[in-house]
Amino acid sequence: MERFITKENLIRLAEELSATCRVLAPVASCGTVTFRRFLPGMVLDLHSRMAAVSPKAATFPQTETLLTVKREIPEKKPEITETLPEGKSVVIGCRPCGARGKLIFNPVYETDKTKDPYYIQRRDNTVFISLACDRPETTCFCHSVGSGPADPDGSDVLLTLVGEGYVARSVTPAGEDVLKSALFTDAGDKGKEADAKNAKAREMMGEAHDYVSAPAKLLARFDDMDFWAAQSAKCISCGACTYMCPTCYCFNITDDDLGLESRRIRTWDNCMSHTFTLEGSGHNPRPTKAHRLKNRVGHKFSYYPDLHGGVMACCGCGRCIKQCPAGIDIRQIVKAAQEYSE
Amino acid sequence: MNANPYLPDMATIVEVIQETHNIKTFRIVINNEERMAAFTFRPGQVGQLSVFGVGESTFVINSSPTRKDYLQFSVMRVGEVTTRLHQLQPGDQIGVRAPLGNSFPVEDLKGKNIVFVGGGIGMAPLRTLFTYMLDNRKDYGDITLLYGARSPADLTYKAELPEWTERKDVNTVLTIDNPFDGWEHKVGLIPNVLLEINPSPKNTVAITCGPPIMIKFTLQALKKLGFEDENILTTLEKRMKCGVGICGRCNIGTKYVCMDGPVFTYAQLKELPSEL
Repeated sequence: MERFITKENLIRLAEELSATCRVLAPVASCGTVTFRRFLPGMVLDLHSRMAAVSPKAATFPQTETLLTVKREIPEKKPEITETLPEGKSVVIGCRPCGARGKLIFNPVYETDKTKDPYYIQRRDNTVFISLACDRPETTCFCHSVGSGPADPDGSDVLLTLVGEGYVARSVTPAGEDVLKSALFTDAGDKGKEADAKNAKAREMMGEAHDYVSAPAKLLARFDDMDFWAAQSAKCISCGACTYMCPTCYCFNITDDDLGLESRRIRTWDNCMSHTFTLEGSGHNPRPTKAHRLKNRVGHKFSYYPDLHGGVMACCGCGRCIKQCPAGIDIRQIVKAAQEYSE
Repeated sequence: MNANPYLPDMATIVEVIQETHNIKTFRIVINNEERMAAFTFRPGQVGQLSVFGVGESTFVINSSPTRKDYLQFSVMRVGEVTTRLHQLQPGDQIGVRAPLGNSFPVEDLKGKNIVFVGGGIGMAPLRTLFTYMLDNRKDYGDITLLYGARSPADLTYKAELPEWTERKDVNTVLTIDNPFDGWEHKVGLIPNVLLEINPSPKNTVAITCGPPIMIKFTLQALKKLGFEDENILTTLEKRMKCGVGICGRCNIGTKYVCMDGPVFTYAQLKELPSEL
């Protein structure tokens, strides 16, 4: 289905949806743009720049409670309660890369053996209304990982800015339901204009990099610690790359003790941290930042594609490059491994 | 396992055995009688024990599935969860998520000679399989158990050692690193004693677990003795959280120790990136 919605009506749509759903939208805040829970009266910032933090939290919150436990006295008669997520969410105005990021989670969080009910329920109850990019940034490389500035995969509705509004195309049945709102009107021949804008944005990105050889080349470099020491020299192990990434899905599980109650919580974790793999015995399989960086890059461009049909665990949004305080560029690391010859 | 893989079963500690100054063995029973009766696992599989308000940690189920009265876990006190576990008494409640991971290939091992090489707390996963084989003794050929620790005080399962050393159908060899007054068994590092015992690799599978450094030199000794990579099994310890192949903490390349392991052959380990 193809419809049209004015900029004003998109805000009205966000306001209407916020009455019944949790709406996440990019909002300018303290000099940056970030996804926030949208409430009527808030000002959306859809166009100034890509939100610094991805919309990952919509389906995989930074912190969520898995269980609560009540007990009479410590270690006596504990009662466990599952706290599965409730309600529906809508993400408005994320870039296609941010919406597509969650697709990387699917073959990990839902397999024949394992079904993560927290992720699955959030994913199935969240609608993504994405906005096609018309001005890709220098850090963007979605086109190199099988995507593009108007990629509909992962979105339910894809908006393209045309004049004073957006051409809105449904991608899924849930997206089609959104377009049934009276706030949308007939798109007329604006669809052609949208196609032209999307094609132009893709052209602006230039030639895509070929990552086909990356999985094998990265493995071939695995034991070359000089290579990894050089690549990680500037890294300060802050983990910004993992926290900003729409496709990083590693987590920690810890207990939050509240006296005679406790919560078991899941939080985003950071494979660039020394403690990520530190074992109780004191042994650490990834003792240096070089070991940790090679695992992170290896996971995204080698292990994951080897396990999941060649798909890279990266949506090419470039947040890890843009937000890295040390200026590390993951594209350059993979390229260096691909170009390396003995 | 529950449909929700993060939801533990409540269990009661029924017995606590002080093994060494920093290792205790816990015998637990799942509170739900039906779930306890239906609980099955294979030797080598692990479980997550919860102390609510403190957290979860992974331990191997070191009882044998042939003995179904309880599930047994041996816990070395090294961190927050294990310290709290060590304070618990019979009757206290904990959570358990199990069984997790793969297991020793007990069917494929039938008819073969077995050499167990265990070091310190690394005896725990071997105990499961060793006990299983004792309970199915006729299915297996010669069984040798080489078990070592730093000192006599560091040996676990002391209550069972007399039975293991006295049984005629098992060759049990105990060793400690340095001489100790009254010690009547071997003295020497495990890999050296292994070479001294000199087991034949013919139709024999070696199964080892212990500290990483011990495993490293044991593997070298086994190769020196002529064992094929496919006939050497080990179980790996990794820091694990989810236990179901998601949280991304225990991977070695494409393999997840909590799902693809903890049991690996040496041949499989050699195929993995060197990140043990």
